[in-house]
Amino acid sequence: MVDSLAQPADEAAGPEAHSRRDFIHIVATAAAIGGVAAVAWPLIDQLNPAADTLALASLEFDLTKVALGQEVVILWRKQPVFVRHRTPKEIAAAVADDHASMKDPATDASRTKPGHEQWLICLASCTHLGCIPTFAQGQYGGWLCPCHGSVYDTAARIRKGPAPKNLYLMPYTFLSDTKIKIG
Amino acid sequence: MSGPSTYEPNTAIERWLDTRLPIVRFSADLMAFPTPRNLNYWWTFGGILAFCLGVQIVTGIVLAMHYDASGAGAFISVEQNIMRDVNYGWLIRDLHATGASMFFLAVYIHILRGIYYGSFKPPREVLWLLGCVIYVLMMATAFMGYVLPWGQMSFWGAKVITSLLGAFPVVGKAITTLLWGGFSVDSPTLNRFFSLHYLLPFVIAAVVGLHIWALHVPGNNNPTGVNVKSKTDTVPFHPYYTVKDGFAVSLFMILFAVFVFFLPEALAKADNYIPANPLQTPPHIVPEWYLLPFYAILRAIPDKLSGVLALAGAIGMLFALPWLDTSKVRSMRYRPTARIFFLVWIVAVMALGWCGSQEPQGAVIPGVTGPTLIDYDINSVTWLSRIASLYYFTYFLIITPLLGLRETPLPAPDSLYTPVLAAPPAASATVQA
Amino acid sequence: MTRIPGALAAIAVAIALATPALAVTTQTPPLSVHWSFQGPLGMYDQEQLQRGYKVYREVCSACHSMNMVAFRNLGDPSGPFWDPKYPNPNDNPVVKAIAKEFQIADIDNDTGDAIKRPGTSADYFPAPFANEAASRASNGGAYPPDMSLLAKAREGGAAYIYSIVTGDGVATPHALTMPPGKYYDPYMAGDLGANWTGNPNDVPLGGVIAMPPPLTAGRVTYDDGMKASINQEAYDVAAFLQWAADPKMEERKQTGLAVLIFLLIFSGLLYGSYRTIWREVGH
Repeated sequence: MVDSLAQPADEAAGPEAHSRRDFIHIVATAAAIGGVAAVAWPLIDQLNPAADTLALASLEFDLTKVALGQEVVILWRKQPVFVRHRTPKEIAAAVADDHASMKDPATDASRTKPGHEQWLICLASCTHLGCIPTFAQGQYGGWLCPCHGSVYDTAARIRKGPAPKNLYLMPYTFLSDTKIKIG
Repeated sequence: MSGPSTYEPNTAIERWLDTRLPIVRFSADLMAFPTPRNLNYWWTFGGILAFCLGVQIVTGIVLAMHYDASGAGAFISVEQNIMRDVNYGWLIRDLHATGASMFFLAVYIHILRGIYYGSFKPPREVLWLLGCVIYVLMMATAFMGYVLPWGQMSFWGAKVITSLLGAFPVVGKAITTLLWGGFSVDSPTLNRFFSLHYLLPFVIAAVVGLHIWALHVPGNNNPTGVNVKSKTDTVPFHPYYTVKDGFAVSLFMILFAVFVFFLPEALAKADNYIPANPLQTPPHIVPEWYLLPFYAILRAIPDKLSGVLALAGAIGMLFALPWLDTSKVRSMRYRPTARIFFLVWIVAVMALGWCGSQEPQGAVIPGVTGPTLIDYDINSVTWLSRIASLYYFTYFLIITPLLGLRETPLPAPDSLYTPVLAAPPAASATVQA
Repeated sequence: MTRIPGALAAIAVAIALATPALAVTTQTPPLSVHWSFQGPLGMYDQEQLQRGYKVYREVCSACHSMNMVAFRNLGDPSGPFWDPKYPNPNDNPVVKAIAKEFQIADIDNDTGDAIKRPGTSADYFPAPFANEAASRASNGGAYPPDMSLLAKAREGGAAYIYSIVTGDGVATPHALTMPPGKYYDPYMAGDLGANWTGNPNDVPLGGVIAMPPPLTAGRVTYDDGMKASINQEAYDVAAFLQWAADPKMEERKQTGLAVLIFLLIFSGLLYGSYRTIWREVGH
């Protein structure tokens, strides 16, 4: 029964040489890789926001709290958000500058919802390094960032200063004339 | 059996790396390690244990991303945040909790294999001692881990076990105050247990590295207990045992999956779903199943300090085993008398485990009341614990040394191959599973 | 002979599983009831969960908190108000309507005063009492336990809850005197020797419960028209509490089935690999 004392298959050439490429080994390896991928997914997905964080992803806000010509700063997803109730003069000034030369050109209409032009809602984070700009300061009557002097107009577009982009917009919808849902 | 390296670098990159850090050589040598060809499935539990350690570390690190180690927040962070809100949090927590039990199941089978086949005997004593160190570290890690959810059982189990250290005269109280960080188990204790629970598995991993190194000096034991004599006795570890271990791990995973997905509460204690309350003791404080035999030995002795010393002694017996066993024959395959005493020992340990889960005054045979012996009914769990503990210590201290000197073992084969060649003609000449 | 350690290891595991924590029973074992969610493939019955929620809302929530359950959880998959049209439970209109029924303690953003406002889906079920001390003061010294994990925190789970609730205050034997404001429950753990004036060998199983019998027939009017007997109400609320304690059960069992099928196939493949590699070698 010398066969049983034969050297392990990997040393021999000839009939045993195909053992590495046996179909069963390929299928088993493929299944193992599939298994590892299936196991890896939950370990990665657990890093994504948990259900309680996602529940606070949307915020409903009552606009009657903001008087004409005023703004409030609210927290949404732990970030500050401007809700500004613009006067007709501020709206007119913004529309007039629609085609003025600016770093990040945008029309006033693209930054508000049709029929609700008096409401400007954007992130209160200066696009330079993140400070919260001060209300109704700066030569355009919009905002002035106290940290490095960026000037925004009444449509929150960057007009002067080091900031590269207009104040960021985020998705929101009007649930009624006096209520919005942000996010 | 660590012979010269057989690795030959094939590509230019391999040659470059080999002269600077021979890491490819190192793993190639591991893969080519000559392993006895007659190992049976009891030998797969080493690989299974490595798998378990990996699972616990990976799931543990992920859980630590969401866990709050304060007395006020721990329970909520586990039961509300992880179990309900974190994506797949329930799965990762159940894997970690069940994984601890699977880890101990595998380690107990691994230890039983070691005792049965004499894997602790010369020249593998250090290998065995390192294994005992790993076992003690595992028990410490598991104990601290169970405290972290901060349920009733977590808190009271921690209180009872840490209070044991107060049994030492003179220094006892100072030790417990130091350990607690206060006047009782509380938030400071929890915080330091979390830190140590995160640390110890990596210490275990390092000792496992030493354990495998200590294994590779003499090479693996095998079911005959006979030394490897020639190259024909062995096969390279890869692919022969990597695939066999992989198969064993996948079977183990089936058992693991049954518990995680269909029986997650089977190993859990209901009381641990109640937040820790220092003012209310649960009616039955019980540790996890894998610590029950030692718990029973502890409770069997009425005096607190003696109980603690008996507990330490019971673990110490394992450390002393290589020097207690006088047998010249390694494997109990050829020691029929030793085998019987060993099986009785296993039954005694299981009886101790059962006793640990019961109340001390509970009846062994239900409904039967016997005479009271000293302090407990003779039909009580406590007396069964005492008898089983007595056998436990007797087995190590008296039976094992005597057996080696007195028994007549069966003749051991000359080489690994003799049993194979001596197989009856009806058996196939190829694989004998 | 090497098989025996293996058999013994298996027995050890079986013993560890089968051993209950108590050797001495002091209470009647819970009633044996069939649950839709029992067994490896059992799932929750959504209509039962809705009825159970109504019982919790109208009866239990007066004294029992459910701190870890948020309104949005009611709209989670396998939850009582899950609607496939609203995969995000925060958008589910039934969930939002339920949340609005509750007043949640909050701080007014402008004045800093403590106020109560209608709930949103992200809020958690409010507790009926400010803290444990207030709860005990209003309940004669007893603390109605939080219900988020109650089904897991009691041996017997939903069956235990069903038994306790239906067994509360049942015909108390003549020779048993209950302290004022407390009731006899045969499924509650306890030692009634001190309250028993009958034959000392026949002390009834059970214990003292501080909760008055909570359910009466028709106490809740079910929206689906089911007859609200005491047993039905208890059955439904026990199932709801099981869901509250284990909301991921369905996902867990479904994933488990897929994992087991994969592992069985994978083990078969690995066994084939193993036999192929070892074919030429004596073992």
